[in-house]
Amino acid sequence: MSTAEIYSVLFCGIGGQGVLKAADILGEAAMDAGWHVMKSEVHGMSQRGGSVESHLRFGSGVFSPLIACGKVDFLVPFDGAEARRLRQCLARRGIDLGVYIERALGEVSHKRFLNTWMLGVLSVFLPIDESVWLSALEKVLRYALKENRQAFVAGRWAAKQNGTRQGRRHGGT
Amino acid sequence: MARGKTGKKELLSGNAALARGAYEAGVKVACAYPGTPSTEILETLAGFPEVDAQWSVNEKVALEVALGAAVGGVRSLYASKHVGLNVAMDPLMTSAYVGVSAGLVVVVCDDPGMHSSQNEQDTRWVALYGKLPLLEPSSPAEAHLFVQEAYRISERYDTPVLVRLTTRVAHAKEDVTTGGRREVAPKSFNIDAAKYVMVPRNGMRRHAVLEQRLEKLRRYAEQTAVNRIEEGDNTLGIVVSGVAYLYAREAYPDASFLKLGMPHPLPERLLRDFAGRVERLVVIEELDPFLEEGVRAMGLDVERRHVSWRVGELRPEDIPLIVKRRPRPRRDRAGARRPVMCAGCPHRFVFWILRKNKVTVAGDIGCYTLAAAPPLAALHTCVCMGAGVTFQEGLRRAQPGERFVGVVGDSTFVHSGITGLINAVYNRIDGVILILDNATTAMTGMQDNPATGTNIRGEPTRRLDLEELCRACGVESVDVIDPEDLESLEETLKRRLDEKGLSVIITRRPCWQLVRTRRPIPEYLREKCRKCGICLQIDCPALSEDEEGFIKLDEDICVGCDLCVKVCPFDALVSRWKEEAGEHS
Ligand SMILES: Cc1ncc(C[n+]2csc(CCOP(=O)(O)OP(=O)(O)O)c2C)c(N)n1
Repeated sequence: MSTAEIYSVLFCGIGGQGVLKAADILGEAAMDAGWHVMKSEVHGMSQRGGSVESHLRFGSGVFSPLIACGKVDFLVPFDGAEARRLRQCLARRGIDLGVYIERALGEVSHKRFLNTWMLGVLSVFLPIDESVWLSALEKVLRYALKENRQAFVAGRWAAKQNGTRQGRRHGGT
Repeated sequence: MARGKTGKKELLSGNAALARGAYEAGVKVACAYPGTPSTEILETLAGFPEVDAQWSVNEKVALEVALGAAVGGVRSLYASKHVGLNVAMDPLMTSAYVGVSAGLVVVVCDDPGMHSSQNEQDTRWVALYGKLPLLEPSSPAEAHLFVQEAYRISERYDTPVLVRLTTRVAHAKEDVTTGGRREVAPKSFNIDAAKYVMVPRNGMRRHAVLEQRLEKLRRYAEQTAVNRIEEGDNTLGIVVSGVAYLYAREAYPDASFLKLGMPHPLPERLLRDFAGRVERLVVIEELDPFLEEGVRAMGLDVERRHVSWRVGELRPEDIPLIVKRRPRPRRDRAGARRPVMCAGCPHRFVFWILRKNKVTVAGDIGCYTLAAAPPLAALHTCVCMGAGVTFQEGLRRAQPGERFVGVVGDSTFVHSGITGLINAVYNRIDGVILILDNATTAMTGMQDNPATGTNIRGEPTRRLDLEELCRACGVESVDVIDPEDLESLEETLKRRLDEKGLSVIITRRPCWQLVRTRRPIPEYLREKCRKCGICLQIDCPALSEDEEGFIKLDEDICVGCDLCVKVCPFDALVSRWKEEAGEHS
């Protein structure tokens, strides 16, 4: 295990916010960057306005599609209440990107693009080239590609401005 | 030559990977009735022009068609969720007797944790009971490979093969290396009554064949690569299958593993060999102690898992607890949002009227089951598909003086409500059955069904006329009503409830997710609001209460169905439909 290099990302929000889409984009990007990818999501009943989460892990030495509670490296929430609920799953040095939600909502042209804006933030923390991210957006999204790309770039820029140390860290698990 | 792109990496769900594997194995006929978490298997297969794919009317029909096709000479596939296979148990049990000609794979998806199901059954027992080989992949990449092996087993041993996924495998995604399709030449159908006509004399012979086949499959299980020992530190030996293998490998990277890709029949020699090497023998599995009891029945000294683990799905952090012989801890979902019917859902109108008239509702399974939750709390039973119709009969027979209504969706009615309706007519029960016709199978993600007039590929087919069907069953009064017309709906419901006889009311309006029209949203007049809270009782996701008890209308969620306008007794919510219509004319 000590040689394993694993990135564990937990996306969360409410049905309709594009939680699964966001995780799919990261999945495609991580795969195209050459990593082994495991993702988990749940369909059906919970999609009708209920809480939705998607776990995505990539790296070397990844087996499980689910992240054990306390092992989340990056929490990417699209909803404040969901963020508060799942913060307990962060690893000791895990990063909560929930601090960006408000800024994202202020910047995006429509709530629909919150997910790609937040992906832009996440992108600066991960070992995946921007060009790979952009082609993953293209692969997964069928509508409003231009707006989504703009949101992604804006989120990425906002995070770069803050520096990658700016996600909120949490002590203890 | 294999066709299609080969050696390409794709990010596939367990369902898509399984479908892709079946496609590559040359599957020709594929049948299913939708059900989470299995639905995407057929949706994926329907995307391949070489595959004759269908949404069947129900699972029994699906399995019979697929079995018929396999007996008829082409590789076939059936897929459903766990409870769907219950519906198909009749053909399944005897399919083990008749066997196949070309391969038949029966895919079943269990739902530990009940993310979207009415029970948490462990369908591995069906393999034991039905005497069928069972493969269980741990990941999408394995699903892709195992289904191809399943076809080889099916043809080599002349048997249907079960492949079981669980939600976490079906809806996991992994990078999968796909291959091309290998066409398999169809065999001809040979008349062979001794094999295909299951009258007692033939059936007895086939039962003996089945028992001999199981012995052969036991030998296969000993040498197949899907079962394997991964030797590590032998102080801890873990026997494991399915997604639990992935969790356990990360939790105990140094332990020894016996990974069972084939939980039935069990490889006894391999298990004995493994047990002999390790100091502690622990089984890690989700739901029932299926492997554990199998291993114990061999006389092996395996640790007993605490009974609390039979309930709920496993999570990675559970593995050390099982190894340390602890009970399952209580897991808190506090604060998680419950699902609700969408804004603009036509079902909400129906349940508002049912609730207003205080009728007891025998419910069924679909999006409308969400009406059971408070504050609506307007659906009072839900057991299995079709029971909306039959429970209204049972309840009336038990409580003759009372008024009950049965509620069933269009897809569910065709699946298994229709037989209950014929039963009600035949056995002369009074009552009212509401068919909520939203022109789709919404709960599982908008699949077509016979009443929509479109097949799985989106091609037009003959549409089933629900009202004619009900009349043909002998129902005398069949009304068709737009549920948004609350007055007519209420008036008709009351009249039919007061009448003798059996009536059907079809409430017809397409699912909001199908049409996605946004109408002008209502205006909220704060000064008129008396904070009575009645509008909150409709359980609309667009409405909530602010700190002072006034209403918050979420303009992004609201689609302007105006139900809240219709229920508000103080005109505090006002329709903008007319205003807008005026502007545009
Ligand atoms: C035997 C069985 N098969 C499949 C399912 C999965 N399932 C749940 S509800 C449903 C169909 C719902 O469609 P419909 O009755 O038209 O109602 P809607 O969701 O459109 O309101 C299905 C297929 C199940 N629960 N049981």
